[in-house]
Amino acid sequence: MQMVRPTTWPAALDAIAAEPGLLPISGGTDVMVDVNFDRERPTGLLDLTRVPELADWSRDGDLLRVGANVTYARIIDELAALLPGLAMASRTVGSPQIRNRGTVGGNLGSASPAGDAHPPLLAGLAEVEVESVRGSRRIPIDEFFVGVKRSDLAPDELIAAFHAPVAPGPQQFAKIGTRNAMVIAVASFAIELDGAAHRVGTGIGSAAATPRRAADAETFLAGEITERAAWDSPTPLPDAVVQRFGELVAAAASPIDDVRGTAAYRRRALSVLARRTLGWCWADLDGRQCA
Amino acid sequence: MTVPTRAPDRLSSPISAGVGESAVRPDGTLKVTGEFAYSSDLWMDGMLWGATLRSPHAYARIVHLDTTRALAATGVFAVLTHEDVPGRNAYGLEHKDQPVLASDVVRYQGEPVAIVAADHPQTARRAVALIDVEYDLLDPVVDPSTALDEATPRLHPDGNLVRHVRIRKGNDAVQADVVVTADYEVGMQDQAFLGPESGLAVPAEDGSVDLFVATQWLHVDRGQIAPALGLDEDQVRITLSGVGGAFGAREDLSMQVHACMLALRTRRPVKVVYSREESFFGHVHRHPARMHYEHGADRDGRLVYVKAEIILDGGAYASSTPAVVANAATLGSGPYAVDNVTIDSYGVYTNNPPCGAMRGFGAVQAAFGYESQMDRLAEAVGIDPVEIRVRNGLAEGGTTAAGQVIDSAAPVAELVRWVHDLPMPPPSSGDLRSMPGGVSNSTHGEGVVRGVGYGVGIKNICFSEGFDDYSTARVRLELVAGEPVASVHTSAVEVGQGLVTLLAQIARTELGVQQVTIEPADTSVGSAGSTSASRQTYVTGGAVQAVCQQVRKRLLERRPGYVGSPGDMPLRELLVDGPVEETVEWRHRPTTPLDPETGQGSPHVQLAFAAHRAVVDVDTELGLVKVVALDCAQDVGRAMNPQAVVGQIHGGSAQGLGLAVMEEIQVVDGLLRNPSFTDYLIPTILDMPPMQVEVLELADPHAPYGLRGVGEPPTISSTPAIVAAIRAATGLELTRIPVRPEHLTGT
Repeated sequence: MQMVRPTTWPAALDAIAAEPGLLPISGGTDVMVDVNFDRERPTGLLDLTRVPELADWSRDGDLLRVGANVTYARIIDELAALLPGLAMASRTVGSPQIRNRGTVGGNLGSASPAGDAHPPLLAGLAEVEVESVRGSRRIPIDEFFVGVKRSDLAPDELIAAFHAPVAPGPQQFAKIGTRNAMVIAVASFAIELDGAAHRVGTGIGSAAATPRRAADAETFLAGEITERAAWDSPTPLPDAVVQRFGELVAAAASPIDDVRGTAAYRRRALSVLARRTLGWCWADLDGRQCA
Repeated sequence: MTVPTRAPDRLSSPISAGVGESAVRPDGTLKVTGEFAYSSDLWMDGMLWGATLRSPHAYARIVHLDTTRALAATGVFAVLTHEDVPGRNAYGLEHKDQPVLASDVVRYQGEPVAIVAADHPQTARRAVALIDVEYDLLDPVVDPSTALDEATPRLHPDGNLVRHVRIRKGNDAVQADVVVTADYEVGMQDQAFLGPESGLAVPAEDGSVDLFVATQWLHVDRGQIAPALGLDEDQVRITLSGVGGAFGAREDLSMQVHACMLALRTRRPVKVVYSREESFFGHVHRHPARMHYEHGADRDGRLVYVKAEIILDGGAYASSTPAVVANAATLGSGPYAVDNVTIDSYGVYTNNPPCGAMRGFGAVQAAFGYESQMDRLAEAVGIDPVEIRVRNGLAEGGTTAAGQVIDSAAPVAELVRWVHDLPMPPPSSGDLRSMPGGVSNSTHGEGVVRGVGYGVGIKNICFSEGFDDYSTARVRLELVAGEPVASVHTSAVEVGQGLVTLLAQIARTELGVQQVTIEPADTSVGSAGSTSASRQTYVTGGAVQAVCQQVRKRLLERRPGYVGSPGDMPLRELLVDGPVEETVEWRHRPTTPLDPETGQGSPHVQLAFAAHRAVVDVDTELGLVKVVALDCAQDVGRAMNPQAVVGQIHGGSAQGLGLAVMEEIQVVDGLLRNPSFTDYLIPTILDMPPMQVEVLELADPHAPYGLRGVGEPPTISSTPAIVAAIRAATGLELTRIPVRPEHLTGT
């Protein structure tokens, strides 16, 4: 198997254009498992770890651009205040060793329905910046995932970065696993409350063929909050509203029975996580208003 | 023969310590620094790599098998099938019912069908995919409950019953005031050792073979390998290589015969290393069990009778099922005094994965049944779980279900009181790592309820039922550079438990020598028996003690009239005349077979007991569990190495925790659904709480140093204690383990 090791971004784009069968690799925490199991037999690996353009994140006003090679460990250390939902999700990824190697760019590249980074990116309306020798484009996150482990990425495109607004309000992430660490999500959920835009963001993981938003739940909850004029003075939400939000989140999922859990359990868990994370965000929103 | 690189080396520790001290492991630093040579590290120039073609089906007839395409692949040196097995194409621990390579029928998913040797492991694996096999699929037998029905196809010539053990103690018609009845189920646990099956076979010019391998009993391996190769036993020489955990899974053969066949055929050294996924298909698992229990007691909760029917799914081949069945039966009423016991324990063949030895060995399954029953009984008579166990606990002089009189300590009531009296853990701190779900951030306290539960277990130590159970030890004492050095040579297998540490401690204590070298274990010395049944400290420890005493005697013959203690022997002076070397074959006291009708007898050498108190926090809305505390009290007779004892109790308790809340090989229609550490979950450090451990030392007068086997008892009692705690938190019946979130949430 050949190993292509570009040291600049243009060289990486040239390499994938010349040989679209190359499998991009960064942390290798997902790719190497498939290669070692002989499930994946790429013609070669495109090692992106030496490409400096992918290694950093930057901030432009309220917008963040996070390079594809930024690891979970760095997101936890450097971005916890700016992207708390993603940082919380990053803390649930694998073990410390995996978090030191694994990247959000790689998570997007694999496009697994269970990818821990995906729900907070969905809730936060991120965009994925992809590029090829043909040019660069930005894919809205909820158009990025097109099937089980399939994304909108063209064969000659590479993921450069994701763009996301600095958290405009409280963000939360919670996941279910059947042990207390180092576990793949049985189901996961992310939420964001944007007090300025009067918007609710959500993301569901491991409960459909792709990560997805719970659009009806978002609209319902944003409407209820707006109706109560509660964005600026967050009085406690009625139980019925919280309950309904949970139901709508569960209804947005299309889970299956598999080795990690049943569909019925996943729906139940999602509604519980939706209610709980909403409660934590709401308390946070309340705290911010009081402060 | 040229010795492979990364073959085992002599071990010696710079820090000397005798029996009863926490001597440092001689292999500890090597393991912590990544320097220790495991069997997967073995290397020899010019070696080939072996790979195995396995059946994808649970039950099928092989219609056609064609190796042409695989043989034609570049880099492939041999492709062998059942036709190439040089000797008898059958092996097995108790029944020789398992083919080395399947000939006409495959009876489980993963059964080896053909083997390949190639110059690169990937080449070998890809050549495996080029072997053409045509199968005629058969309906697999997957339900152990109906395996014995007349209508069920017979998977082996003698039918689907591997063994039935009957216990008939006392009166089976006796009535009781309080009766509790329930059905229980135990899922299939895996030993989940970290070092996959691996070894290196080196052919010799004369047609014999040297095998370097990670296993549990060199001589029983050899006794199965040689006939399959058509060789005499002395033509197969085995050296133990670094073992990355065993827990019973290495008792059966895996790659041993295959590597030897390929080496003898190609005249090249052949190495075989299973992948993690292959490992799940390459070894036996813990028997799943279905159990029906009925307990009768008086109004004070004193047991009147225990009745049980236990069905253990042995899978496709017998492995050690017969002995597991006997354990489940003879230990099936638990560590309790009860005059009337009626138990029928069955081991059956199915087309599920073969099941055999795993830490706890039949006692684990039964304990989930009888301990769950004791809690039910406590509730029925209105006393607490501690009191029911104290009232019924066995004591020295009592009799087991097999009618065996217990003639050393059996401190069941004391152990339960010990764990009951330990301080309780504080309330949850609010730190996510202390919550159910851990850092997954699924609760900040919502839905969380705490529960407390107790469990006690009983385990036989050493081999039972009249088995001639012995170990051989050779000790040489000599002057090296003017200093006395003892070298200890046995074939006893170090699997990580610390036997090498302990044997050196014994030699130091018995000989008064500071420097002790442990020779690599191999078949050039007699059998040590298996590293199983918590027996090596007892039996090989006993053998080393005995041989050291023999060496001492020889030494003192050089100075008649010496009356000092061994520690004061003038070794330098006595050894000037040359080395002393002795070999001893040591046996523990004999046991008896079970009466075939009543299951009565004195089948066990020694019985060991442990008790646990578990405290759990359960997220009742999500069905997630955090074990907050898992405290243990165990009688070990004599703590030969206190640190190693506590380590065994920690590890055994963790393995029991795994069975309680997460560890299960999921099998559907005979097919494994989760052969990976992604989906076969074992506890992490965030799942396992810090433990309070109380070690009792009530000497067994029949055992060397008074010691009692340590490794298995904590695995047995931790599981029911945790499940009891979850019941206490949720009020649910929970009759199946592992307990899954679905069971706790009704989804």
